[in-house]
Amino acid sequence: MADTLTGPAAPQAGPAGYAARIDHVSKAFGRPGAQQLVLDDITLDVAPGEFVCLLGASGCGKSTLLNLVAGLDKPSAGTIDAPGGRPALMFQEHALFPWLTAGRNIELALRLRGVPREDRRTEAERLLSLVRLGGAYGKRVHELSGGMRQRVALARALAQDSQLLLMDEPFAALDAITRDVLHDELTRIWSETDLSVLFVTHNVREAVRLAQRVVLLSSRPGRVNREWAIDIPQPRRIEDADVADLSVEITEELRGEIRRHGQH
Amino acid sequence: MASTETGAKDTAPLDGKDRADERPTRDLSGLEAGLDALETVTVGRTPAGQLLLKKVLPPLTAVVLVLVVWQLCAWGKVADPTKLPSPHAVWQELVDRWNAGDLFSIIWTSVERGLLGFLAALAIGTPLGLVVARVPFVRSAIGPILSGLQSLPSVAWVPAAVIWLGLSDSAMYAVILLGAVPSIANGLVAGIDQVPPLYLRAGRTIGATGLRGAWFILLPASLPGYVAGLKQGWAFSWRSLMAAELIASSPDLGVGLGRYLENMREASDMAGVFLGILLILVVGIAIDQIVFSPLERWVLRSRGLTVGTR
Repeated sequence: MADTLTGPAAPQAGPAGYAARIDHVSKAFGRPGAQQLVLDDITLDVAPGEFVCLLGASGCGKSTLLNLVAGLDKPSAGTIDAPGGRPALMFQEHALFPWLTAGRNIELALRLRGVPREDRRTEAERLLSLVRLGGAYGKRVHELSGGMRQRVALARALAQDSQLLLMDEPFAALDAITRDVLHDELTRIWSETDLSVLFVTHNVREAVRLAQRVVLLSSRPGRVNREWAIDIPQPRRIEDADVADLSVEITEELRGEIRRHGQH
Repeated sequence: MASTETGAKDTAPLDGKDRADERPTRDLSGLEAGLDALETVTVGRTPAGQLLLKKVLPPLTAVVLVLVVWQLCAWGKVADPTKLPSPHAVWQELVDRWNAGDLFSIIWTSVERGLLGFLAALAIGTPLGLVVARVPFVRSAIGPILSGLQSLPSVAWVPAAVIWLGLSDSAMYAVILLGAVPSIANGLVAGIDQVPPLYLRAGRTIGATGLRGAWFILLPASLPGYVAGLKQGWAFSWRSLMAAELIASSPDLGVGLGRYLENMREASDMAGVFLGILLILVVGIAIDQIVFSPLERWVLRSRGLTVGTR
């Protein structure tokens, strides 16, 4: 395993015992008096090195929750603690900066993290080869395919050297073949590093394919509905019978939750 | 599905090897290389011959056509030679100026003024645009005035500038600034407004906040709008300067292109007037083609924003 992430990424969570702790968090939007509750009393821990998928239909506030954990927004009530430093965040869109090459995008993250100039190039090349894009350093964003862009975005997120990686439906806009490959890729990188991942999706099979734990959120407002621990060995495939069986079970639960909203 | 071994990847059954044996197709890197190759668009450079055919030939044809029609009109005596000089007469005027040795001094007087005025407009318009774009109060206060000023022909400022500053270079520069500063500032404001919020969010997650956010994310992201503003700013500078030179006459000002044109009108030298107009046009186009168009093309091309050939 030549690609293994080494160095300061070692777990610092020691005393905390978690990579992220979401403690009785609520979030409401709108002006006082006409507030809409989006998240209601969410409590959730992500253990160091754990891969958790947040699953829910539209309106469950899963992206809102991710923004809160990322520190882009503040909860209305409750606390969020991510002891491993500023969490890395990956979006559905690649969000790479088009005025920089793939390599420079990664170097910008390194630079903002305080990596000295002389080390940035080597580190960027290392991260690119970690996502198997060794030759893409000088490529412009528009010269890359959708899957390659998301891999560069993943490399840029890893460049933050955060203990916690937040992913907001990062593969939703990709075609099925590419998504499949990126699932394998993400599983590989996650298992080679000590990264904790909090992955938001509305795709049940994707959640079962990737996660050690799937957390189903109810909608309007978002509440933790149910959890499944998954110990099907990795690397799984999305077509595996046990993945499919559990997906059916979770989908039933999700559909029941969605139906509830049509009844009043 | 027995225990929940959360966070214990090493002990988790991650026996990739065993399963790889069952599935010989699981060659991830090969698969990825194939996908990358299939989905990558290679943008080749257009060969020089084709470039010549597509970019040089059409404008050249247009120029030749205009010259031919002009010559035909002159031969056909469509108008009196004092009103419509032949291309040859204009060429002769150019040669005379060349021989007299003042051709370049005339051009340089105007170009120097135009470029210096433009640089000053750049230095004022850029911070102004930044402030207008980022400070809501300033935006509400002077934003509308700034865009309104763009539609005011800056030649309207010439009388005021002459009264305030006299028949001097300062009056010329004042008119250039009033023409170009709003364009440059508005270009930057438009550029900043068009920055996708996603870039700012992505920037914040990797730690680009405050001034670092402005420098590393906001400014580079707004570059396309800014460069478009610069281009327009130059056009406005050049236009206002020519108007000012035409109107304001003083020995202190020297002879620039605008003054030369007005001198020729006073002498009823139609070939000279034509030469003046052509030189103003050529200089305006040349600066645009040498400085601003390459800059714009570079900015757009490096972001994959060019549509076909321009």
